[in-house]
Amino acid sequence: MLVADQLIKDFGSFRAVDGVSFTLERGEVLGFLGPNGAGKTTSMRMLAGGLEPDGGTASIAGYDCMTQRLEAQSRLGYLPEGAPAYPAMTPRGFVIFGLRARGFSGGALMRATGLALERAVLGEMADQPIGTLSKGYKRRAALAAAIAHDPAVLILDEPTDGLDPNQKDGVRQLIRDMAPEKAIIISTHILEEVPAVCSRAIVIDKGRVLFDGTPHALAAKGPDSTVESAFRALTQGVGGAEAVA
Amino acid sequence: MIHTLHAVYRRELTAYFQTPLAYVFLAVFAICAPAFAFHIGRFFDTNRADLAPMFDYLPWLFVVLMPALAMRAWAEERDRGTLEFLMALPIPLWAATGGKFLAAWTVAGLALALTFPMWIAVNYLGAPDNAAIATGYLGAWLMAGSYLAVGQALSATTSNQVVAFVLGTGAAFLLTMAGWPFVLSALGENAPAALSEFVARLSALEHYNAFRYGVIGLSDLIYFVGLILVSLTIAGVLIAERRGGGR
Repeated sequence: MLVADQLIKDFGSFRAVDGVSFTLERGEVLGFLGPNGAGKTTSMRMLAGGLEPDGGTASIAGYDCMTQRLEAQSRLGYLPEGAPAYPAMTPRGFVIFGLRARGFSGGALMRATGLALERAVLGEMADQPIGTLSKGYKRRAALAAAIAHDPAVLILDEPTDGLDPNQKDGVRQLIRDMAPEKAIIISTHILEEVPAVCSRAIVIDKGRVLFDGTPHALAAKGPDSTVESAFRALTQGVGGAEAVA
Repeated sequence: MIHTLHAVYRRELTAYFQTPLAYVFLAVFAICAPAFAFHIGRFFDTNRADLAPMFDYLPWLFVVLMPALAMRAWAEERDRGTLEFLMALPIPLWAATGGKFLAAWTVAGLALALTFPMWIAVNYLGAPDNAAIATGYLGAWLMAGSYLAVGQALSATTSNQVVAFVLGTGAAFLLTMAGWPFVLSALGENAPAALSEFVARLSALEHYNAFRYGVIGLSDLIYFVGLILVSLTIAGVLIAERRGGGR
């Protein structure tokens, strides 16, 4: 469903992503983990077609993310880092814009809009300008726009950042509900999310994949068998864990 | 793919009216265009039933107001981070630049429509050459469009709307000034005739004036449509470059 093959991205002399490769199948929820500046967002932007790789390729549902960008993007839902949205628009208007750009119209447009707003639990806030909403509602508006067209692949960059515990739980449940039908990548700093939501985890640092396996296998890498300790061991070299790219 | 152009157009046009921008723009235009005609152009003193006093000063209004309309096109998207959302949608760049341009051009057209009471007034006061006035409006709309397109291209160079506005105003000023009689006569005295003629041909003012005289010349149409297409292409290339991440 999604393939990253030896992705490389340089910013000047700095190599932000250095040969990242993985594949993702329908039904998998991949936790994309790494410290700040590890290359997570850059990798996701290349997969989303917003950034051209300097080396390697990426494809979604068999369509190359650069040479067949429009076909690949039409099968992708993407929540960018920081959940950017137009402040003067309402969440409903924002979702409708994304759907219209994807060719939705008439009854299908209205049904998809209503379902997305309901799944993202926007409630009465669906018709308030996004600029007046709290960070949590703003993120849910962007999430609604990402899932509205029922894409085969979802890339969510820190989907629960800024949400309160109840909202986080709601988003995690939404991801679990969608998981059987989609291939989903979520990047997160909240490591407790990994065993709670993900069927697989990748740890990345300095642009390289350090670990790729199940959350259980990741936890086993840590000195006290937790994802947190494994993350520290892999990214700081604490506890003597070895990289398994 | 036309649905993508339509989607961007609708969003952009709505965005103009979701903020005070369109209302302020239309109000300023509706006040300034007749004010220039009456006070500076001495509309009544000319004793002629035409809109020359208004058409004389429209280009100078465009120099300031069109960049104000165009400055947000890409600078705002970059500043707010929504460019990443937009670039992840399956929208070809020509549709994104075209939709943004057409929305701004629609607002400019509405602004020009607000001056129609003056057209009605000259018909009430005398017997103007309505065909020449109609082509004058067409020329003004094309000129506004070309300044909007240039403004959009310059908006793609920065994430700061003020910078985009200053750059757009400067470019529109140069395009207008190139055809100003003062500049052309100065060039005529100090430079080869070929250079003077070349500068005059570059000027939006020269091509706009042809429309004012009731002539829809092919070269003038090509100039404005060409300037619009080239500018929008540059805007698209600049935005596409961002996919390279500054390579």
